Amino acid sequence: MSQPKSLYQKVWQEHAVRTLRNGQTQLLIDTHLIHEVTSPQAFGMLRDRGLEVLMPERTFATVDHIVPTHTRVEPFEDALADEMIRELRRNCAEHGIRFFDLDSGNQGIVHMVGPEQGITQPGATIACGDSHTSTHGAFGAIAFGIGTSQVRDVLATQTLAMSELKVRRIKVTGRLHPGVYAKDVILHIIRTLGVKGGLGYAYEYGGNVFERMSMEERMTVCNMSIEGGARCGYVNPDAATFAYLKGRPFAPEGAAWDEAVSRWSSLASDPGCRYDDVVSIRGEEIPPTVTWGINPGQAISIEQNVPTVDGVPESERDGVAEALAHMKLTPGAPIKGTKVDVAFFGSCTNGRVSDFIEAARYLEGRRVHPGVKAIAVPGSQHVKAECEQRGIDKVFEAAGFEWRDAGCSMCLAMNPDKLVGDQLCASTSNRNFKGRQGSPTGRTVLMSPVMVAAAAVTGEVSDAREVFGVAREAVA
Amino acid sequence: MALEQIREVRGHGVPVPGDDIDTDRIIPARYLKCVTFDGLGEGLFYDERFGEDGAPKGHPLDDPRYAGATVLVSGSNFGCGSSREHAPQSIARAGFGAVVAESFGEIFFGNATTLGLVCVAVSPEARRALSEALRRDPALEIVVDVDGKQVRAGDRVFEASIPESAREALLAGYWDPLGELLEGVGDVKAAAERLGRAGAV
Repeated sequence: MSQPKSLYQKVWQEHAVRTLRNGQTQLLIDTHLIHEVTSPQAFGMLRDRGLEVLMPERTFATVDHIVPTHTRVEPFEDALADEMIRELRRNCAEHGIRFFDLDSGNQGIVHMVGPEQGITQPGATIACGDSHTSTHGAFGAIAFGIGTSQVRDVLATQTLAMSELKVRRIKVTGRLHPGVYAKDVILHIIRTLGVKGGLGYAYEYGGNVFERMSMEERMTVCNMSIEGGARCGYVNPDAATFAYLKGRPFAPEGAAWDEAVSRWSSLASDPGCRYDDVVSIRGEEIPPTVTWGINPGQAISIEQNVPTVDGVPESERDGVAEALAHMKLTPGAPIKGTKVDVAFFGSCTNGRVSDFIEAARYLEGRRVHPGVKAIAVPGSQHVKAECEQRGIDKVFEAAGFEWRDAGCSMCLAMNPDKLVGDQLCASTSNRNFKGRQGSPTGRTVLMSPVMVAAAAVTGEVSDAREVFGVAREAVA
Repeated sequence: MALEQIREVRGHGVPVPGDDIDTDRIIPARYLKCVTFDGLGEGLFYDERFGEDGAPKGHPLDDPRYAGATVLVSGSNFGCGSSREHAPQSIARAGFGAVVAESFGEIFFGNATTLGLVCVAVSPEARRALSEALRRDPALEIVVDVDGKQVRAGDRVFEASIPESAREALLAGYWDPLGELLEGVGDVKAAAERLGRAGAV
C-alpha cells in the first residue's frame, strides 16, 4: 500500500501539472469564482495582451461586494459601483462565463453561491479573488484567495504558480457547551494560535466537534482560516458533505453521483498520514468568544476583561495600546456591558439559513434596544427566500431589524451600508480591522450570530446565555 | 515576455510602525471601486495618514524627510487580511520597490512578488534597528539585496529571508509567471481531461 496521505497532499498531487523554473508548481484550478471588485482589471490585462479565457465553463461569476442591499433599482446611485457591475456583465457575456446576476434568483456572496449551486465539490481546487475563498474547504476542497494578476492567470491558463503548503491538523474533541457555536470555535482557534499562526499552513479541521457540525457550521469555521493566517482550511468530506450536495444544480446525477461519492470518499486524509503539526483543543474549554481589538486574534471570553497594556508581554504592548485606543475601551474593564450602536447580521461567515434560524429562536417576542441600528443581510438570494418562506424575516423585522437584499454589505462596507463616526458594531462578520466597516474610526466587535442578537436586544455586548436564559452545562 | 531582473532595490527607506498591518489599512475598501489600478498610489494608507477632515495625521509617509523613499520598513504579518492586489499595487504605484518586514500575509506576498515588488523578511531585532536608524538618519541609503539575502543600511548588514522560489523569479526576471504558465497550456488541457471537470453540467 502506498504511503498514507492527507487530503491536501492528494489533491495537490492530482492537480500538479508541472514544475516551473523557480521550483513552484503549475497547479490546475478546477473551479474559478469571480466577482465585480477584483476581476475587471484581470479582464483588462487579458485584453491588453490579446489573450482569451482558456476554459470559460470553469469560471462562475456573481456580484456581492458593492451591490446595495436596500434597493435593487438600477442604475445604482453610486456611479462607480454601477459601472463595476456593468463591467462584469460585459466581461461575462464577451467570454461566455456563467453569471449569477441580480435577476437570476441565484445571486449572493460568492462563497454562498458555490456551495448552494453544488459547484463547490470535494477534492477540487478552487480559486477566487477573495481571501474568504477558504470557506469552500468545508467540502474538502482546496480553496484559496488570489490576487487580480492571478485571476488573470486562471482566466488565461486555468492554472496558478503555487508553492505547496504544510498541513496542520487542528483537532477539537469533546462537546461544545450550549450557547457556544462554530463562530466561537474558530475565534478561539485564532485567539489560541494567533493571526499569523497559520502562515505557511493549510489547516485541516478534525475531531468529533467538526464531524458533528452541519455543512453551514463547517463553512463558518473554514471561512475564517485566513484570519488565522492560513490561506486555506478544510474538513474531510463525509456523509454530511454528500447529503448537502446531492440534488444541487451542478452536482453529478445518477451513476455519476455514485462514482463521485466513491472518489470523494477516497480523497479524505488516510489514517496514519503525516501532518507537519497537530494541535488539540477540548470543545468544553471553548467559551462564547468576542473580539476586543483590531485584529481577530485580539479576542477574549465574554466573561473576561479587556487586557491592560502592562498585563501583556512586552512585544505585544504597542499593538494592545493601539487597539485599546482605537476601540476606546477601558483597560482591565469587562467587555460585557460595552455600549453597542449597530448590530450587523450577515456576511460569508454567518449569513446562512441556520444562522438566521438560530438567532430567530431567541429574537421571537423581543425588541432591538432603542438607539441600536440593526440590519440583517442574507448571504444570498436563496438564503433570503428560504428565510422568508419560514417566516424568519418577520421575526427579525418584528424585533426591529431591517431585512435586506443579499450581499457583503457592512462586512467591508463597499456598498452604502457603513458605520458612521466611531460607532461600535456587534458583528457576525470576520474582520475587526480599523476602518473595515466603512468609517475610519468605526469599531467592530466580532461574535456569533446569537451573541449579535443578544447585543441588539440589550444595546450592549452581552452574554447571550444570560440574556436568553440558556443553561450553561452541556447535556451529556 | 522578458521582465527586468531584480537583483536589488536601492534607495531611501521609511519606517511604518506596527504589526499586523492589514490590507484594509494599506488601502481602504472605498479605493477598490475602480476598473483599473491607475491612481491607487494616492489611497495608500489613506486613513492612517489623514483624518476625516482631510488633515494630515503626521504619518511617516507624509514626513518630508522621507519623501521619495523606495523601501518601506514595517512589522510582522504585514499585508494580512484580504486578497486585494490593490494593496501591493498602491505601494508600488506610490514609488516603492521593496517592503522589509518581520513577516508577510501570504496572499499579499504572492501578489507583491507578481508585480516585482520585492518583499524580504528580517528578524524583529533587525527591523527595530533599521527603523531606529531611519528615524535617526532619514537620508540613510538602504540596499535590499535579493541575491545576497541581506538588507544593508549604511555600514550595518542584516540577514534577510525570502522564499527561494520568489528569489529565483526576481533574479531571473520571471516574477510575473503568466508567460511560463502559458507555455504549459498543452499539459494543462491534458491534466484537465484526465481529472474531468468538477461542477460539470
